[in-house]
Amino acid sequence: MALADQAPTGARINPAAAPGRSWIERIPPGWWIAVVVLLAMPMVANNFWLFQVMGWSFILGMIAVSLTFLAGYGGMVSLLQMSIAGLAGYMVAILGPSGTTSISLGLAWWIALPAAFLVAAIFATLSGALAVRTEGIYTIMITLAIAAAFFYFTRQNYTIFNGYSGFNLVLPPRLFGVNWRDPVPFYYLCLGCAALCYGAVVYISRSPFGLALQGVRDNPRRMAALGFNVTAHRVAAHALASVFASVGGILLVWQNAQIAPGTIGIPAAIDILVVAVIGGLRRPLGAFVGAFIYVILQVFSPDVLGVFGFSAERFKLIIGLGFLAVVLFSPDGVLGLWDRWRARRARRVDPLTGAPR
Amino acid sequence: MTLTRPDDRPAQMNSGNALELRGITKMFGALAAIADVTLTVRPGERRAVLGSNGAGKTTLFNCITGDFPATSGIIRFFGEDVTAFPPYERIRRGLRRTYQISSLFAGLTVIDNVYLACRGVSRNRYSLLRPRTDDALVHAAEMLVEAVHLTAVRDRLVGELAYGQQRQLEIALAMSGAPRFILFDEPAAGLSPTERRDLVAILTSLPAHIGYIIIEHDMDVALRVVESVTMMHNGRIFKEGRPSEIEEDPEVQELYLGGGHG
Repeated sequence: MALADQAPTGARINPAAAPGRSWIERIPPGWWIAVVVLLAMPMVANNFWLFQVMGWSFILGMIAVSLTFLAGYGGMVSLLQMSIAGLAGYMVAILGPSGTTSISLGLAWWIALPAAFLVAAIFATLSGALAVRTEGIYTIMITLAIAAAFFYFTRQNYTIFNGYSGFNLVLPPRLFGVNWRDPVPFYYLCLGCAALCYGAVVYISRSPFGLALQGVRDNPRRMAALGFNVTAHRVAAHALASVFASVGGILLVWQNAQIAPGTIGIPAAIDILVVAVIGGLRRPLGAFVGAFIYVILQVFSPDVLGVFGFSAERFKLIIGLGFLAVVLFSPDGVLGLWDRWRARRARRVDPLTGAPR
Repeated sequence: MTLTRPDDRPAQMNSGNALELRGITKMFGALAAIADVTLTVRPGERRAVLGSNGAGKTTLFNCITGDFPATSGIIRFFGEDVTAFPPYERIRRGLRRTYQISSLFAGLTVIDNVYLACRGVSRNRYSLLRPRTDDALVHAAEMLVEAVHLTAVRDRLVGELAYGQQRQLEIALAMSGAPRFILFDEPAAGLSPTERRDLVAILTSLPAHIGYIIIEHDMDVALRVVESVTMMHNGRIFKEGRPSEIEEDPEVQELYLGGGHG
């Protein structure tokens, strides 16, 4: 899997490009339609669609976009992002209130939430510092090893992580008198967080840090010869990516109202990679497209499979086949297919006159 | 060093020398790529390092920048002992280099490449805020792109550039920030005669306080842009002098210029 070939090259807007139009006018119409559809969805969609399908898509997308940030812009494929998300989720359960009162400290949300982000960032920084000393397949191996170790640790440790059973009744705080776990508020919460994460990744990709990260991806040795501390830059990228993963992880705990070792198992870690690759690592949007496809397949394939007499568990087979097809035919994911289709349309000319149709 | 001039430029930072190498040796396994090289370069001095393939010229550059740390010996840069410094610390002190094989960021645009080079030697390398359009570094990058005649392709991806343009960009990256000393590794390799003339113009128009060492096989380029020459052979320095002395030296002609030269 030549993941390094899928470097995002789309970020061509230059800081000094001085466009004649304001940034609002430069947003293509397709985006406006998407915004209107997403904002208006609660008026037409039922609770299951809002809470399970869309909410879960946004959550998976946020965790996957942290991988897109590392892999697409930094050239570092990490299988740790689900563990980091899970750790943030665990921290909310441990520090805040939960049904497991013997362990949970029941601290207020304004302590528990920042602490969860901080602990996840420290974990990401430490494991990142280990991982960046390796390249390519070895980065994948070492992050997989840490993810596996963390999974077994949570399953066997009962004093902090409550072992097999984990934590239940982990609920979001009742801010502004709203129950944020009701489908409509939860949908907007996830939509808002996903939009923020997506916007942050796009914005940061053109910042000095983001540009330097792409420089590190393309040519680490030259980056050092330009005055950059390559190792520190890579570790910082791991720390920054942990923020996006943590947002996803905390929302995931609130959505399920519980967290247990199964949430952060090896299959879940690999699913994040699958989601990011199916959508396309070239652009941050790919993470969310991939997440939506993954969730749709997972939610609706049991019905379809049932018709053909397969068990519902076989949905992984469909995901796997889809993953194979993407890696074989469109290494830059579904978004890559879309880009090529648009490019073909733009090139299409009248066979007689040569004029564009 | 035979080329001391009375009107020497004022000494910078408690030392008279821009670069001082003492007994630099680089071993690759049992092979000494360079052995016991001692070399002194004054601030603003321009010097060529000549020698056949495998003489250790590029390895010498790699030791000076820290790309490959020297096995033994001491390197001082403007009086400061930088022997144990990682490359980025040496670069931040005003050292620059170009690479024999263009070493650029193929997935980024020309302007972004130069902007990165400017950012690397300034503060806020970790800034998450996009630069404003009136940012001083963006302006500096624009000026550099213009200086190496790449304004027409400033927004093109570097991977799409022609070979000669990539070589020019390579030089622009080395001139970013406030360089005090530059190492040019065969900047003329593969360039057309016109591009070579442009290169000589760029090199000779560098501000007088910027010294450099240039590795170059093309004598017409090398001997026109330097005031001193160091000859290397099998990882050792075996002759130093003015370009005219080196050209006329029978031993040099025998070894390097193939005897029939001049």
